[in-house]
Amino acid sequence: MDDDNAVIIRGLARNYGAYRAVDNLHLTVPRGEVFALLGPNGAGKTTTVEILEGYRRRDGGEVEVLGRDPRDADPRWRSRIGIVLQSTGEFEELTVEEVVGHFARFYPNPDDPTKVIGQVGLAGKSRARAKTLSGGQRRRLDLALGIIGRPELLFLDEPTTGFDPQARREFWDLVRSLAAAGTTILLTTHYLDEAEALADRVGVIAEGRLIEVATPASLGGRNLARARVRWLDRDGPREQDTETPGAVVRALVDRFGGEVPELTVSRPTLEDVYLSMIHEDA
Amino acid sequence: MTTSTVARQRFRPSIVGLGVLRGRLEVRQFFRARDSMIFSFALPILLMVVFGAIFRQRIAPGVTFAQYFVSGMIAAAQLTNGFQTLAVQIPIERDRGVLKRLAGSPMPAAAYFVGKIMMVYVIGMIGTALALAIAVAFYHLHLPTSPARWLTLGWVTLLGITACTLCGIAFSSLPRDGKRAPAMVVPVALVLQFTSGVFFVYTQLPRWMQHVAALFPLKWTAQGMRSVFLPASFAANEPAGTWELGRVAVVLSAWVVIGLALCLLTFRWTAREDR
Repeated sequence: MDDDNAVIIRGLARNYGAYRAVDNLHLTVPRGEVFALLGPNGAGKTTTVEILEGYRRRDGGEVEVLGRDPRDADPRWRSRIGIVLQSTGEFEELTVEEVVGHFARFYPNPDDPTKVIGQVGLAGKSRARAKTLSGGQRRRLDLALGIIGRPELLFLDEPTTGFDPQARREFWDLVRSLAAAGTTILLTTHYLDEAEALADRVGVIAEGRLIEVATPASLGGRNLARARVRWLDRDGPREQDTETPGAVVRALVDRFGGEVPELTVSRPTLEDVYLSMIHEDA
Repeated sequence: MTTSTVARQRFRPSIVGLGVLRGRLEVRQFFRARDSMIFSFALPILLMVVFGAIFRQRIAPGVTFAQYFVSGMIAAAQLTNGFQTLAVQIPIERDRGVLKRLAGSPMPAAAYFVGKIMMVYVIGMIGTALALAIAVAFYHLHLPTSPARWLTLGWVTLLGITACTLCGIAFSSLPRDGKRAPAMVVPVALVLQFTSGVFFVYTQLPRWMQHVAALFPLKWTAQGMRSVFLPASFAANEPAGTWELGRVAVVLSAWVVIGLALCLLTFRWTAREDR
């Protein structure tokens, strides 16, 4: 039993026929961390997460989640984790408060359903039947079910798909408040801004392997990367990569005797780094 | 140690308590889906009216075909409620992600089954009472007068519904998804009704058909129901010349055991994991 780490994965492998969905994956997530798994579709994110959640079997490696192998999941262990699946649940004829209240009864120390419904932004829809909710609202109901048991570890598999920008910001605030209260969060996402906004560390997964784990600011050596200065010269657009962008800009200002046309100074965004990483790998 | 850790360490969810909670929710959902609720109660009654109007002959002294048919129809309605409803409903719940969410919660799996069985009993009781009321009012069916016959009605219903429910839950693992479920389930239920002495007099069916049908529970629940509702003299018209209540109990109990074993061995909470 490891009290400092919520998730420990050593050499995880999972094949679907001849296809290696997850291939010798290693990862440790300490308690209290928000960890984001980034990767293209089919990279193995959901397979990995669903093995940790106890839904899928594995072909190799060792896994410990809150000190237990998820293969031996029992109600006590399940009461300590929260799951928001990638697909949306449909509860049809039941109302929001019935669904949340019902799931609350499964847990030993649940949160107050009314409070949780408010936290996910469904207070006005408490008495609405689930089938009348919009896609984004159904997603919020899923989120409520994930956190109703006050989990120590929360899995979020592409949680904000289908959210409008406002709803995403509200969701991020909720995740931050859960993290501040000590919940460990393992998140998968396509959205790089989401990973950057929420995660203490991100892992990039491609073709079933974790190709890098770093803080969002330092992924792919992004913090050390050279800056790129771009401007429009007399003979057309020009660019220059440099470790001293200030000096380059000063030289340009001197040369132009004032403003430099179309001047920009940029460093690679998380997206640039990410795209080049999964591109190299493929 | 915080209160939450203490609560978690003592945590032992109650299968019966949560099963009843599930059952109440299942019944509530059933009554809210009005259109399907009305049809599931109306179908046996409609069939009774249609067959009662077509076949008016006597099949034995003091027994009309309608009386024979109505007894079988009560057994068949229990099959429909338990087997057909669940074998179609569970794959749909699986498609909708309801099962996956329940499996990811601390709810014990058995509580889900208890809830389904409870739902089937409640609906089965209402359905049986409705069908009986119509049969008594219009088809000269007589409610049993002796306590022994009421007792038979009780245990045949109990064993019959339990067997059909467990087989329905077990069968629900076969369809790949909810859309394909009715196409796989309805023929099974329909063929059983034609071959088990519901729509036709059992002893008038070809011998081989009787032998096949006798392997399944419906033939035996229908026979049990006839022993409750038809005159004692009709027993001579049954295949063995008696009601064979002992054998009815044995076959239905065997199906309860088989159904339970299949449920535990094959039940799937998630869609097939092919990718």
